[in-house]
Parts: sequence; structure tokens; C-alpha cells
Amino acid sequence: MHPIRKKRLTIILFLLAGLTVAVALTTYALRQNINLFYDPSQISAGEAPSDVRIRAGGMVKEGSVVRDPDSLKVEFLVTDYSASVPVEYVGILPDLFAEGQGIVAMGRLNNEGRFVADQVLAKHDENYMPPEVSDALEKASKNQSKAAADSIKPAT
Amino acid sequence: MWQIFHKLGSPKWFFGISTRFMPWLLVGGVLLLLAGAIWGLAFAPKDYLQGNSYRIIFIHVPAAFLAQSIYIMMASAAIVTLVWRMKLADMFVKAVAPVGLVLTFLALFTGAVWGKPTWGTWWIWDARLTSMLILLFLYGGVIALDRAITDDKSAARAVAVLVLVGVVNIPIIKYSVEWWNTLHQPATFKLTEKPSMPAEMWVPLLLSVLGLYLVFGWLACIRMQTEILSREQRTRWVKELVMKGKS
Amino acid sequence: MAFDSFSAFIAMDGHGPYVWACYAVFFVLLAVMMIGSAMAKKSVVESCRRGYEFQAEKSKVATSKPSASFARVNVSQD
Repeated sequence: MHPIRKKRLTIILFLLAGLTVAVALTTYALRQNINLFYDPSQISAGEAPSDVRIRAGGMVKEGSVVRDPDSLKVEFLVTDYSASVPVEYVGILPDLFAEGQGIVAMGRLNNEGRFVADQVLAKHDENYMPPEVSDALEKASKNQSKAAADSIKPAT
Repeated sequence: MWQIFHKLGSPKWFFGISTRFMPWLLVGGVLLLLAGAIWGLAFAPKDYLQGNSYRIIFIHVPAAFLAQSIYIMMASAAIVTLVWRMKLADMFVKAVAPVGLVLTFLALFTGAVWGKPTWGTWWIWDARLTSMLILLFLYGGVIALDRAITDDKSAARAVAVLVLVGVVNIPIIKYSVEWWNTLHQPATFKLTEKPSMPAEMWVPLLLSVLGLYLVFGWLACIRMQTEILSREQRTRWVKELVMKGKS
Repeated sequence: MAFDSFSAFIAMDGHGPYVWACYAVFFVLLAVMMIGSAMAKKSVVESCRRGYEFQAEKSKVATSKPSASFARVNVSQD
């Protein structure tokens, strides 16, 4: 390679490396602002400010959804399996909202540590499968737990 | 080895070789893309959670994938422009930037239309969506800068620098879903793992990605040829080529 | 086929408008870009050809003139 070209190439590579470091440091410093939402464990640890509009994200805890029969009010627990935060919301939920599904809620944390949401978005994961497969998987996991329960019981 | 490299930089050589490949790229690309889209629309099973709205994935993923890989190709060409001052590399950047712009727009548009029924919103400022919007502006900036500078050589250098500065955005797009909390889900396809969808879903997706790649190849060739013709019209080989085609 | 009928295929369980809008915009934009690029190449070829023909005509006129002046020079030198 021609020496001038070699020199140009090294200059470019150095500049790119410097730029990468600068951007990496900036995004690292801003990481809390880039994060779309707070985890339930961050909220219960008091890392999230109260009375400011924030987002909270996590899984809707199984069996925690309580729907008000007279209005659109819903209450549920959002969990990341180590901590959970109670959420209340009045409005129409997205189609994908269900127990055990991921959500991101926007709203304020009140003084009692309850999250009052004004918008609830559904979050889904990267797994796709036909309905039959998911039914079969569910059945299999149920059978497994049943089998486990059976094996604990003394044989009759 | 350097000789082959420099031969690659000859517009005349490129014009000849690309003319031979282009029909195959066009026919193969359109067929694969249509096959993937029709398979995905009508024959792939629906998703257990999202139902039929997930069928947008068969065009959303190819558009987003190409939008990013075109930018990486442009960045490689930009290095060649700056180090070797090769005309063809600069022509490539100029020719494909509008294609990248359109595909980035398509990725954002199909993503927004997909987000409405699944997430419940058209748009959210999460890291993945925002970094993709920055990519759109980068493409726009490259096109605008190239138009703003009339001198070909200085335009080539300025554009190459801008492209290289913007390349840091690519890993941010790719890893945004892992580094930060986002509404956008992580990648379904990873190089090291099996895709997290069954074959009757990922095969059509692979077909449409390949098809769009080939269509992009054709677009890149024909747009570069246009660029070559208008820049090299004073050379004898272009004159012979044009006058021969007429008869 | 993943659908029972053609109308079910169009409706897509209520997601039809979203899915079809995406596919329509995608393929229309892609087609516009492909046709536009092909037409741009054609018009550049056309303008090159016109340029060469114009040059050829001009050089024809240009070469005929000096040949005439040559003749006159020759005559004057005789």
C-alpha cells in the first residue's frame, strides 16, 4: 500500500475510534434518560421520582388484574419477578394486554407508591409461533406440573 | 491483489460487468420478494399473540435490515473514497443514498402501522425508534450535502466524512434493544442462536430479505450506471457505447 | 392457505387495513423507485446521444470551413 494512503487510512481509523469513544461515553452518561421506562424494582427502591410523569414497564402479574364493573377502571400489579408496583388506569387497554404479558405504562407515582397511569402500551417479545404450537406448549407445561404433583402424591 | 482492486475501480469495467448481472438480479429479486410476501401474507400461520397483524414483519424486517446494511456499505465506500480517491466508490455512495432513505422510511412507516394495533401507539420515543429516525436524517443529510456542493471531488470528500461520522449510529440501532429498556422487542434473528420463530415463519421472511437484497443490487447497478454515464460522457468508451446502442 | 375464505384473507381478523396499507405503500414506493431509476438512466443515455450528435454536426460544419479557407490559401499562394 502506498504510504500516503496508509497515512490517510490510519487517520480515518483514529478519528472513528475517537468518535466511538465520545458517543459511547455520552450514551453511557445519558443511559437513564435513554431508558424508556423504570423497572418495578427501580421504582420500589425509590429510584424513580414521584409526582413527575414517568414510564413504568414490566409484566402484568398473573391473577392481579381487577376490573371495575361500572367503569373502565383497571387495577393490576406490574412485576419484574423481584418486585411489583400497583398500577391503576382508566381507559381502553390495547388488545395484547393480558395477565403475564409485558406492558409499558405512562403516568405518575403518587405518594402512596401507587402508579396512576394515563396510557398503557403493550410490549411483546421476539418469539413468534402459531396458535397451535403455543396451545401445545401450554398443555405440555400443565401436564408436566400435573405429573410433578402426581408424583408427589402417594400412589393409590 | 492491489491490481484487481484498482481494476474494480474502473467505471468502464464496472459498466460491462454490471450489465451482465443486472437481468438476473432483477428477475431473481422480484421473484423472491413476491414469493416471500405472498407466502407470508397468505400461507404462513398466524401468531398466537398478535394474530394476523404480525404479517407486516415480512416487509418490515427486510426494509429495516437493508436500511442498515446499505449504510454499512456506504461507510465502507466512504473509506475507499477518502483513502484511495476511487471515483466508483463515491458514485456508489451517491447512487444508493436515496435507496437507503426510502427503505428507512419504509421501515419506520411499516413499524408505525404495526405498532398501532399491537403496542397501542404509532410512535414512541424509545431508543430503537429514535436511532432509526436518526438514520433517516443521516440519509437525508448525505443527499442534501451532495447536492449542495457542485464540485464533484469536494462533494465526494465531504459526503464521505459525513457518512463515516454517522456510522456510529449503526451499532446503536442494533444494540439499542439490549442496552436500554425499549418498547421494541429484541431481535428475532441472532447469528449465534436459532431464530425464535418456527420455519414456516422464518423461511418466507428469509426469502423476502434475500429478494430485497437482490432488488437493491439491481437498483445500485442501474443508478451507478446513470451516474457513470453522466460523469464520463466525454470519454470515448461512453460515446461508443451510447452510439452503438442507438443503431 | 392460512385463511378459510378470501374475505377472511382480506379482513385478517380486523387487522386488514394495517397489513394491506403496509404492503401497498411498500410495493408502490419500491416500484416507483425502480421505474424512476430505469427512466433516469434512459434519459441520461438520450441526452448523451443528443450531445454527441450535436457535436458531430458542429464538427462537420467546423471542418468544412477550414477546408474552404485552405483552398483559398492555396490559391493565394499560387
